[in-house]
Amino acid sequence: MLKEAEIRTFIDGATNYFETSVQQAASVGSPYLVIDGKPGSYEYTGIINISGARKGVVYFTARRAMLMVLLMRMHETDSSEETIKDLVGEVANTISGNARRDFGKNFLISVPTVIANEPDKVTAPHSRSYVIPINWRTHSAKLVVCLE
Amino acid sequence: METNSRSQASLKLLIVDDSNIIRRRIERSQQIARLEVVGSAGNGREAIDLFRRTQPDVVTMDLTMPEMDGIACVEQLVAINPKVLILVVSALADKATAVEAIEKGANGFLCKPFTDRQLNDALEELLTET
Repeated sequence: MLKEAEIRTFIDGATNYFETSVQQAASVGSPYLVIDGKPGSYEYTGIINISGARKGVVYFTARRAMLMVLLMRMHETDSSEETIKDLVGEVANTISGNARRDFGKNFLISVPTVIANEPDKVTAPHSRSYVIPINWRTHSAKLVVCLE
Repeated sequence: METNSRSQASLKLLIVDDSNIIRRRIERSQQIARLEVVGSAGNGREAIDLFRRTQPDVVTMDLTMPEMDGIACVEQLVAINPKVLILVVSALADKATAVEAIEKGANGFLCKPFTDRQLNDALEELLTET
């Protein structure tokens, strides 16, 4: 179960990522709770397993088009499948790592796992997940936080 | 991966990060004339191997990596060359991690995400203050 302030940590992490990495703000929609264990995903998902003081996953999921534009904004000329997977994992890693500012050192994060083109394989470990909708330019993505 | 450069740089830079995007971004963004990128590594073990072969003066070091994490790698690099300057570049934003990295021998800490300017400022600071 997440407290409101804890959800705010992830919202801030997501907005800070876009503002700093590509110097273009993203807007965040109202976070909502999913209780059927299926928070949903797009084509590419970067998953961070959380252990230590909290247990669960944090994942960032987006469509290919959004990730391609993000790469361009970063002046990255390689838009191969490997680079797109690298990016979606790095976004998830950065937002999760930044959360330690509030959650502390015992919020242990794994290296990213990436699932591409198999959205059905993206699952949440618990029934309750918070979904933070992210809108950037014309693109939509989601940050999903599922913690015990 | 070892990199060759014809620049007249006087200090050698090794970039360590498991993300290719971040490695290339640091290589592209760092604009300090006297720094020459001599290699980049995707994990701690690879970094130690490249460190021995290229003998860099400066290292940018990620912390969350497969095989060997950045804190363990910092410790080993400092044991090999206590004079090396290490800038930790990590998403882990808690103070305790930054303190631990400094205690193990790192000289600076830059939190991801970062702008090109923040990267260059952090490297400049590392080179002037240490």
